[in-house]
Amino acid sequence: MSKDIRIKKGLDIKLVGGAEETTKGIPLSAIYAIKPEDFHGITPKLVAKEGVKVKAGDTLFYSKSDERILFPSPVSGKVVEVTRGARRKVLAVKIAADVKQEYKKFETKDAAKMSVEEVKNYLFAAGCWPFIKQRPYDVVANPNQAPKSIFVSAYASAPLAADLDYTLAGKEAELQIAITAVSKLTDGKIHVSVAANSNSPLANLNGVELHKVSGPHPSGNVGTQIAKIDPINKGEVIWVITPQDLVIIGELLLTGKFNATRTIALTGSKFSKPQYVTAIVGASITDVTASNLENDNTRIISGNVLSGKEVKADDFLGYYDNQITAIPEGDDYELFGWTKPVFNKISASRALTFSWLTPNKKYDLNTNTNGEHRAFVVTGSYENVFPLDIYPMQLLKAFMIKDLDEMEALGGYEVAPEDFALTEFICVSKQPHQKIIREGLDLMREELG
Amino acid sequence: MSLKQNLHILKEKYKGTKMAPAFNAIHTFLYLPNEVTHGGTHIKAADDLKRTMNIVIMALVPCLLFGMFNAGYQHYAAIDGSLRANVLANFFTFDNLWIGIIKVLPLVIVSYGVGLLVEFIFAVIKGHEVEEGYLVTGMLVPLIVPIDTPLWMLAVAVVFGVVIGKEVFGGTGMNILNPALTIRAFLFFAYPTWMSGDKVWVYDAVNKTGTADAISGETMLGYYAKAGQEMTIKGANGAADIVTTYGDRANELYSNWDKFAGFIPGSVGETSTLLILVGAAILIFTKIGSWRIIVSTFLGAAAMGIIFNQIVAADIITESSKFYGLMNTVWYEHLMIGGLAFGAVFMATDPVTGSQTNKGKWMYGFLIGFISIMIRVFNPAYPEGVFLAILLMNVFAPTIDHYVVQGNIKKRLKRAKVKTA
Repeated sequence: MSKDIRIKKGLDIKLVGGAEETTKGIPLSAIYAIKPEDFHGITPKLVAKEGVKVKAGDTLFYSKSDERILFPSPVSGKVVEVTRGARRKVLAVKIAADVKQEYKKFETKDAAKMSVEEVKNYLFAAGCWPFIKQRPYDVVANPNQAPKSIFVSAYASAPLAADLDYTLAGKEAELQIAITAVSKLTDGKIHVSVAANSNSPLANLNGVELHKVSGPHPSGNVGTQIAKIDPINKGEVIWVITPQDLVIIGELLLTGKFNATRTIALTGSKFSKPQYVTAIVGASITDVTASNLENDNTRIISGNVLSGKEVKADDFLGYYDNQITAIPEGDDYELFGWTKPVFNKISASRALTFSWLTPNKKYDLNTNTNGEHRAFVVTGSYENVFPLDIYPMQLLKAFMIKDLDEMEALGGYEVAPEDFALTEFICVSKQPHQKIIREGLDLMREELG
Repeated sequence: MSLKQNLHILKEKYKGTKMAPAFNAIHTFLYLPNEVTHGGTHIKAADDLKRTMNIVIMALVPCLLFGMFNAGYQHYAAIDGSLRANVLANFFTFDNLWIGIIKVLPLVIVSYGVGLLVEFIFAVIKGHEVEEGYLVTGMLVPLIVPIDTPLWMLAVAVVFGVVIGKEVFGGTGMNILNPALTIRAFLFFAYPTWMSGDKVWVYDAVNKTGTADAISGETMLGYYAKAGQEMTIKGANGAADIVTTYGDRANELYSNWDKFAGFIPGSVGETSTLLILVGAAILIFTKIGSWRIIVSTFLGAAAMGIIFNQIVAADIITESSKFYGLMNTVWYEHLMIGGLAFGAVFMATDPVTGSQTNKGKWMYGFLIGFISIMIRVFNPAYPEGVFLAILLMNVFAPTIDHYVVQGNIKKRLKRAKVKTA
């Protein structure tokens, strides 16, 4: 069987504001913040109280369900504030960064000689475990359950996504040592996928099974690749790591420093100069986007337009994100907008919408919902953009009525919210697919483990 | 201040009140709302339910216009048969259109008026937005009823269809039966003597029954059902009466082109197979209607038609049988006459009541076509099987889907077993 993956069903959403391949260094932010809600399903137990001095790599909090899973500070400095929400839920731990950064000293390791337990303990201790996420449920991996394989997708097909070939260029050494270490964690294979015809730094790694991916989004989604290569059955677990997080793990192994610095793509029509910047995880949005962002009725998104999180300028970069998108808000009425021919919006149909005529045109979409929320009516349209061997509408309905047997039988273990981003985008009834899937997965996790 | 701002202020004022859904229904017709995304995808595709429904209505407009002309044409042609000699010259005339305006437009107005009123009342009572489902239903209904349907009958049927066919299930998207066909079925079963027979299909035929000016309102199906029987045509101007059979008479009156183009009596909008196919092309091209259902319905009908033709060819059924007439109708004629094409394109494709899986759609459509022709042949007293076949398959669509989805579930279980074995 060919190892390459070719996807036919899907939709490339082409937007204006792709990042130009130049990288700007930006000065340290005054304040960094780590938000526990970035780690879905984790209940944090605080270690760092307000006023405590921390180094980069020092633990801020750990997971209540597994005390080995630590969440480190990305910078050195002083914990200045722990913001809390309803029922004293921790919303963010804010750290005022030192001018001169200090790193907690970890051992450097020769990954090839490490045992399984050594790798695990090393990742636990350095706070790198949260980089490993698992399917099913799309949460931080449960270290007690061995994965049947590990997936790394180095092809980002989401709208305006950071070009990983560019952002990870020159990181071969870090990637290789991280892969060597991580490969101890599974008896199965490490599946790495790159875009067909790319010169990805991940294309020549040892000890992996390489897959070349082609086709429209969501071909780069790791969920799509898992479905094509090694679908998840009941009781099985697959771990997922992003290449940019592998680089952090690799640098730790090589230098002993926890350096959560990433190359971030600033994308979208509201950036005057869409480009790349280097920033540390948890940096303030204002600092990262400084003087580049046109913040006037703008939706700022930490992540991409399909699955990212809405943030304000005084918010902070998400823990896993390597992209900030800024697009216009669409809070305006449009006369006869529901019936007139549409040339400036994307559509999967041809219902007086003309995006099918210009498949290569780049659109400046805003956040208008383009219609109101309705019950499911149209059938057969999701299937055209959904490459998994799952009935998307039937699964959504099973998730909505919380029928656990159906959720399991129809493929609930195989999906993550982001797999339903495209169906949500094209949904005529404007149903919140990703929210439905997220809530359903939480229920499954609670009830079925 | 502009209209846009004024309406925005009004909308804020009505927010949370009982009348909000009613106001919003009208407001959203003028303006695409200012709602923005929250929590999910930050951008959304251009299509919404209004746009989708609107395309279906546009696809129906050619049938409606043709139906208006045809209303007048059938009326005058029944009075003066010589008009049929030159159809094209005598069809698109203002006199014909005028009959359409006074007979068809009221059907449209009553259908929309009564139906939307019920929708608004339910929206206000239940506090949800007015849903777009009735926009299409309201257009379908006048096209599938006979021209001489009394308006009060239509109004009663619409109330029944919308309330029992849709709202009791929870509104658009939740109904099991196609609302337009529920209305049609109600008319048929509540007023059977009125709704069937050979009069109601042509304007004024009912009124003139028994008078010296009596005109025929027989549909193609009516003729074919009685194909072998003798009929007598009163000689004009004292000439001798002509004795012929219904089948011969039909062939004398209508050519295959007439049947395909729709110059025949029948329900208001369903006679022109040609324009229905134009509608089908619109639906398929815009990706609104399921081509799988449309194609498979025609295939199913053709299959049943061919089977019946073969039965006749094998002399299993003879001319004395009451099923002979329609069984002997050539299979492709079955596709052109009656409501089959209209049902296949505009009724069977209703995504809410039809099969929802792509595999299921093939089976669903095929059975609709197959059963339609079966009912047509075996029920010659009222030889229109399409709406009954679609309603029947509406009921079975979830079952079809269930088995299609079970296939997917079994595949998943099998995959897990292979792994563990």
